[in-house]
Amino acid sequence: MQTALEFQPLRLPEHVQRLRAEVRAFIRSEIDAGTFDPDSPEEDWSVHKQFAKKVAQRGWIGMTWPRQYGGQERSFLDRFVVNEEMMASNAPNTVYFTADRQSGPTLIKYASERIKSEVLPKIIAGEACFCIGMSEPDSGSDLFAAKCKATRTDGGWKINGSKIWTTNAHRADYMIGLFRTSSPTDKNRRHGLTSFLVDMKAPGITCNLIDQMSGVRDFNEVVFDNVFIPDDQLIGEVDGAWKQATTELAYERSGPERFLETFAVLRKLVEIAGSKPDARMTEAIGGLVAELHALRRMSVSVAGMLEAGREPVSEAAIVKDLGTLWEQDLPQRVRRATAHLPIDAASYGGFEQVLQFNTRIAPKLTIQGGTTEILRGVIARGLGLR
Amino acid sequence: MQNDDLVAASAQRLFADVADIQAVIAAKDTSWKDRLWAGVEETGLNVAALPEDLGGAALGLYDSLGILRIAGGAALAAPLAETLLAGWMLGAAGLEMPAGRIAFGPSSFFDDVTLHADGSVSGAVARLPFARECAHAALLARGPEGLSVVLIALDDAAIERNSNLAYDPVDRVTLSKCRVVATRRAPAAFTADTALLIGAAARSLQIAGALEKILALTTEYVMQRRAFERLISGFQSVQHSVAQLAGEVAVSVSAARSAADAIEGLLKQGRDFGDPELRLEVISAKIRTASAAQKGAAIAHQLHGAIGVTREHVLHRLTLRVLAWRDDYGNESQWRERLGQLVCERGPEALWPLLATR
Ligand SMILES: Cc1cc2nc3c(=O)[nH]c(=O)nc-3n(C[C@H](O)[C@H](O)[C@H](O)COP(=O)(O)OP(=O)(O)OC[C@H]3O[C@@H](n4cnc5c(N)ncnc54)[C@H](O)[C@@H]3O)c2cc1C
Repeated sequence: MQTALEFQPLRLPEHVQRLRAEVRAFIRSEIDAGTFDPDSPEEDWSVHKQFAKKVAQRGWIGMTWPRQYGGQERSFLDRFVVNEEMMASNAPNTVYFTADRQSGPTLIKYASERIKSEVLPKIIAGEACFCIGMSEPDSGSDLFAAKCKATRTDGGWKINGSKIWTTNAHRADYMIGLFRTSSPTDKNRRHGLTSFLVDMKAPGITCNLIDQMSGVRDFNEVVFDNVFIPDDQLIGEVDGAWKQATTELAYERSGPERFLETFAVLRKLVEIAGSKPDARMTEAIGGLVAELHALRRMSVSVAGMLEAGREPVSEAAIVKDLGTLWEQDLPQRVRRATAHLPIDAASYGGFEQVLQFNTRIAPKLTIQGGTTEILRGVIARGLGLR
Repeated sequence: MQNDDLVAASAQRLFADVADIQAVIAAKDTSWKDRLWAGVEETGLNVAALPEDLGGAALGLYDSLGILRIAGGAALAAPLAETLLAGWMLGAAGLEMPAGRIAFGPSSFFDDVTLHADGSVSGAVARLPFARECAHAALLARGPEGLSVVLIALDDAAIERNSNLAYDPVDRVTLSKCRVVATRRAPAAFTADTALLIGAAARSLQIAGALEKILALTTEYVMQRRAFERLISGFQSVQHSVAQLAGEVAVSVSAARSAADAIEGLLKQGRDFGDPELRLEVISAKIRTASAAQKGAAIAHQLHGAIGVTREHVLHRLTLRVLAWRDDYGNESQWRERLGQLVCERGPEALWPLLATR
């Protein structure tokens, strides 16, 4: 772990910065055209769908993937920059985000040739939305308690049971899900789970939307009733899904989405503070910007480790632990900073709505994608404590 | 690269040989300080950032500041950072660097040093680290023709002794028409707060290095200390505390190295100390390492129990120093205010582009 804490001060190369300028100009023109509002996430799914097509046309989905499947084999740093520019402006990137980050790379590593050549080009075209089917009512942090069953049948498998909290299941084309194919063994409680690619249009799948306290409606209960999965949609090894998880987690945990989800509040704060606020306000803003910068530099550094082919599992967990706590705390700190402004200044430009929305989503930030407690366990393991 | 690794390795060896933390605690007197300094000069650590033509090692700022991370890990109570930065500043102005320990300032936003037309300097530096141990001080002064780098002999100055949280000297230095040993116009890249910025970068690396050592000590301790018939590392709350400490260490190392890299890289590109990107990097590093110091020291002490608060134990030499270093070359509150001003002046649309430049 001593070496793991090296965090090289990676500087993004020139070509990546050129790409950034292109992405920024594209986003600017979309905002100016009224496609979306950078202050809050877009709710209209058709906007997400059209946006995905435009992003695809520019070649910014699956850009790191092998050429044979339509990718461009560009560097992970290119992807990082596209991603962070999108996140920072609340761009409607939901259609392709999950597939681009983790489902695609998982397929490339473990899926059958038919699936790869059929599905990857669709993702790259901005036409395939993915969801992740891991959590169940009785299996959240403890993934290995999953019960949703896949049983052998002629030419494939039949799925019965349910998943929960599945983000975007109701509008996804595919799920990569974790299913129980046999019982855990005495020696290995992680044994017996298998990953499959599920076609969400297959008969027998019902998605029930679950409302969140923030007003957001994007996660679901997904019920499987005798859903058939062909054999070649198996991903990786039967009963051995536990061996496949680690690298994906590093991708999933270290990106800019782990500290930028509430960023709009900070930009709004700077907006209403004006160019010459008092010392109390400048101190608050300076502190927040300093911390965000430090988080981002760590995240860039981890992107460099991934690019170099390492598996920075602990480092990624550190980025997510610090990053999600920071983005969770941000709305509260912004609220305190504005407490001394006159009311009309504080409500200027929809500031209050942005603050409220981000305060409402704050609690989920340290739960989705692995809780704070689970991350700290991962870090402690990296240090040799467990 | 090879060369720099060698310097780092020899620094590590030197500090272990003559300034081992446990040995310093046990020492009857401060004679280790002279042995340490002799070693510093022998290995050339003091002239790391001085150009070759002036007799320096010309390591570059990134590698020079890297030495301070190692010094931080040794809780080094000697003006190595100060002398190294003095050499850098004197060299940048084209001035020769004297042997011996050199203080470096200004070290706070309240200091004011003026170079008069007659070539003497007046002013005050409120808390000049290690002043009493140094023969010279390299200071950035306001001169009749703009910013100037001045070298003075400290026996010409009035020194009022004061010490910081870690019992190290931070003396009040008053200069009245003090003779100047050498002076030159400051390089064009310098701003009035350049000494504070580079000093802040140095302290960030020292804090980062000390925190790394604190993490190593804490990890080792929890894996050997037993309570309730088990190793305390087996308790989940202990594991999670160590994980949080590791997070603070990681972000400190990352921020401090990033700042050092930014200064060297941006100056090479012809940017100056007023450059917003450079200021964001350095100021963030100081702010973030300062808060990591506080949280990290608290966690480490909690996990060490009573033994950690004894004079005998090495922990306090590190924890008190990381806390003390927060106050040198601008504390985090002062820097927050200045960074906030910079951000607000540029406005909301410039915020993200400033953050995402590198
Ligand atoms: C907005 C949102 C979107 C999500 N999207 C998806 C999705 O798309 N797909 C998907 O599969 N899942 C998704 N999830 C589910 C998410 O992964 C789980 O909520 C998360 O893993 C925690 O599981 P749980 O909710 O069952 O809580 P539990 O696991 O029951 O945890 C409850 C509390 O106990 C703590 N705890 C549990 N085990 C331990 C332990 N060993 N040590 C210490 N503390 C422990 C937890 O940290 C937590 O604080 C989403 C969740 C949210 C909030």
